[in-house]
Amino acid sequence: MSDPTTTAGAVRPLLEIKNLEVGFQTTDGIVPAVRGVDLTLMPGQTLAIVGESGSGKSTTAHAIINLLPGPGRITGGSILFDGEDLTKYSPKKMEEVRGRQIGFVPQDPMSNLNPVWSVGFQVEETIRANGIASGRKEVRAHAIQVLKEAGLADADKRLKQFPHQFSGGMRQRVLIGIGLSSRPKLLIADEPTSALDVTVQRRILDHLETLTRDIGTAVLFITHDLGLAAERAEQLVVMYKGKIVEAGPSKDILQNPVHPYTQRLVAAAPSLASRRIISATQQSATHSLGDLAYAPTTVTDGLDLIAAAEERIEHQPAVKRPDAIVVKDLTKVYKIRGQGKGSSGELIASDKVSFAVEKGTTTALVGESGSGKSTVAKMILRLEDPTSGSILIDGEDVAPLKGRALLSLRRRMQPVFQDPYGSLDPLRNIGNTIAEPLQVHKVGDRTERRDRVLELLDQVALPQSLITRYPNELSGGQRQRVAIARALALKPDIVVLDEAVSALDVLVQAQILKLLADLQSELELTYLFITHDLAVVRVIADNVCVMQKGRIVEAATTDQVFDSPQEQYTKELLNAIPGAGITLGV
Amino acid sequence: MSSNQPAPTHYVAPLEETPLVAVDAVNVGERKSNLWIDAWRDMRRRPMFWISAVIIILVIIVALFPTLFTSVPPNDDCQLSNSNGGPSGEHLLGFTKQGCDVFSRLIHGTSTSLTVGIIVTILTTVLGILFGAFAGFYGGWLDAILSRAGDIFFSIPYILAAVVIMSVFSAYRNVFVISLAIGIFAWPATARVLRAEILRVKNADYVMAARATGVSNFRILLRHVLPNAIAPVIVVTTISLGAAIVAEATLSFLGVGLPNSTMSWGNDISAAQVDLRTAPQTLIYPSLALSITVLAFIMMGEVIRDALDPKARAQR
Repeated sequence: MSDPTTTAGAVRPLLEIKNLEVGFQTTDGIVPAVRGVDLTLMPGQTLAIVGESGSGKSTTAHAIINLLPGPGRITGGSILFDGEDLTKYSPKKMEEVRGRQIGFVPQDPMSNLNPVWSVGFQVEETIRANGIASGRKEVRAHAIQVLKEAGLADADKRLKQFPHQFSGGMRQRVLIGIGLSSRPKLLIADEPTSALDVTVQRRILDHLETLTRDIGTAVLFITHDLGLAAERAEQLVVMYKGKIVEAGPSKDILQNPVHPYTQRLVAAAPSLASRRIISATQQSATHSLGDLAYAPTTVTDGLDLIAAAEERIEHQPAVKRPDAIVVKDLTKVYKIRGQGKGSSGELIASDKVSFAVEKGTTTALVGESGSGKSTVAKMILRLEDPTSGSILIDGEDVAPLKGRALLSLRRRMQPVFQDPYGSLDPLRNIGNTIAEPLQVHKVGDRTERRDRVLELLDQVALPQSLITRYPNELSGGQRQRVAIARALALKPDIVVLDEAVSALDVLVQAQILKLLADLQSELELTYLFITHDLAVVRVIADNVCVMQKGRIVEAATTDQVFDSPQEQYTKELLNAIPGAGITLGV
Repeated sequence: MSSNQPAPTHYVAPLEETPLVAVDAVNVGERKSNLWIDAWRDMRRRPMFWISAVIIILVIIVALFPTLFTSVPPNDDCQLSNSNGGPSGEHLLGFTKQGCDVFSRLIHGTSTSLTVGIIVTILTTVLGILFGAFAGFYGGWLDAILSRAGDIFFSIPYILAAVVIMSVFSAYRNVFVISLAIGIFAWPATARVLRAEILRVKNADYVMAARATGVSNFRILLRHVLPNAIAPVIVVTTISLGAAIVAEATLSFLGVGLPNSTMSWGNDISAAQVDLRTAPQTLIYPSLALSITVLAFIMMGEVIRDALDPKARAQR
């Protein structure tokens, strides 16, 4: 394999990985996770590794600082850092490199700060361990400086606080501060913002960019989001099944993806797709293939989000249809225990929310975490009781329904939830899981129910042989298909999709979005689509309601919201979609 | 790109080296797999499992058919001339102070220990599941009442409570009463484990999905929550079966357990303490039988615990 990025001239690369191979020791022998990866990172440069889960992107990053989990071993190749081979370092010598010369920002800000120690203590610990400063006062002063740099305004006060008093974004700032505290030459950021809201993500990454540019730190950025990678890095490396499939300048790759896998990724990434629909100059994603003769027909595999979005627009009839869901002044107030003694407060999760969803259309409820979008969904599903307001389903107020009437309402309205690993009972087989709604509502006899289950498996494109299998044999996307099949079992009119695709890899996400669109046109379903991801909204929804702090701040058709957003908050959300600043040639 | 840095080339891997696979293709494996199937596959491969399983099965067979193992009657054939005598001929392990065959008493005492263990376990499991499941699943005031009730029982060491109960009901000492005395104070441990697990499981999305489908609360508890929460209870139960056998022996040793007329390992150990120096066999063998049996149950519990914990499994 040839070197993806050739170097000429005097500048020595900061990091040069040559033919790296990493395997995981299992009872059945060594399973390769990284198979011959070459990459070169120049000082001060930013390079992003993009890939879906299991592509080996994180494993590559962890191999550099020798932080592979338990059974992981480097089985071949070399990692030259500043000219020295890190794979030959002893664990003790590696400790000196780690932190001092190579900083690391982990993925999950929620679990990477120790909850029993104050934030200040943890920053000081790093400073002491890396020998940046010694002596109580100096260390403290340095810690304050680190947190200030990380963008925490009142750093001296915050030093004594504990992680639970910090929001997710602030914790990630602290972790970035820790990672950069010793002015490392290289910072490895492993999905640093995937757990955060988009607007927070944007601010944090802006900050990280400024900081590393000022210090002159090179950044190795690991992400699953192609748009984000292209926006934040000059160099892009796309990994697939442990190998590099394409590498080069970010813009070049986005505008001219050559490898079929990269083409797939570009076609399926919602952030890029929504961007492309906005520019809307080119009708279809015809890629110029350059010298390489790859057949473009097999490439997107029905996963092109733009094609899917165009298809749904074509199917829109002009006539207004009756409303399937009408929500009026829906309010939910939670009583919460106050901070002080004896005081109790109220949390208004949903504040006089009103909107309507036409039959056979999709309305997206968009908002960041804590905006109340899921509370609204749960009230409509009658899993939470509203404090006040009304919910009309096909013109009937369902808020006061109980017992039998509620049961028959459930028949008309079904949910699909976010977590594919939590939404199926692990001890019930797929057949029983899909058949449960039929049993509860006493639909048909045994054989009829079985036939219906087989039919549903067909509808969601799963093999019928899965009927006797258990959820843990399935991937996230397949589990989500089963959840969709269960939701469709009773032939409902309305499906409430609560972040139903948020936890999936982009390609799988695109596949499920396509399936949902197909099912909608086939069965005339009405969707209420709850999501934090505006990019996905663009390809699936007809109407959008933007929620902030329990209120709907903007409601309009998808095109209106994207083309001429009225509210500042909506504009912020739109700008925060990764890849917003990239002009695409496709 | 700044001018002092070389412009990197656009590298594309040859398609032959990186073939594309269909997105999210379904691979239906040859074997079914869920928590229990996987746990069984895992256990099957462990020697610890087979060792403890063989011991437990042996103990059960001995308890059910003692005459298969010894033809010497445990009580009727005692001769004081043999008092504390050593091993001889068909009397493999020697004699007790009363001149009875140690081995035969050992064999015939097995059923007592096992019966107590099983009755106590059934009792604690049933009470533990009832209290734990309802408290954890329904929450609110029911949880408050049931959990406080459990705390009251939990605050009294069950051995102490059993000693008191057995002293009060000294006229009714038999296997059932002693089992009741142990079990009535031992269940809160099971209830607590189950309650904690149910609190975890009941917030799962599949419970929410079932609720949205219209499945009744009680049915959700029975079909979705309890099966997914029961694993740690099985571990606790297996281990506590051993503990119950020990508790019976302890009570009998203290003289508040089973009457001397009932053959049990605890009684034999109790009777042997005076002759420890002159006739160690009278103490050693019943103690050994007790230890091995209890160890087998504890080992089995550990094996099940390991097998049910996928994280522990992944690290091996």
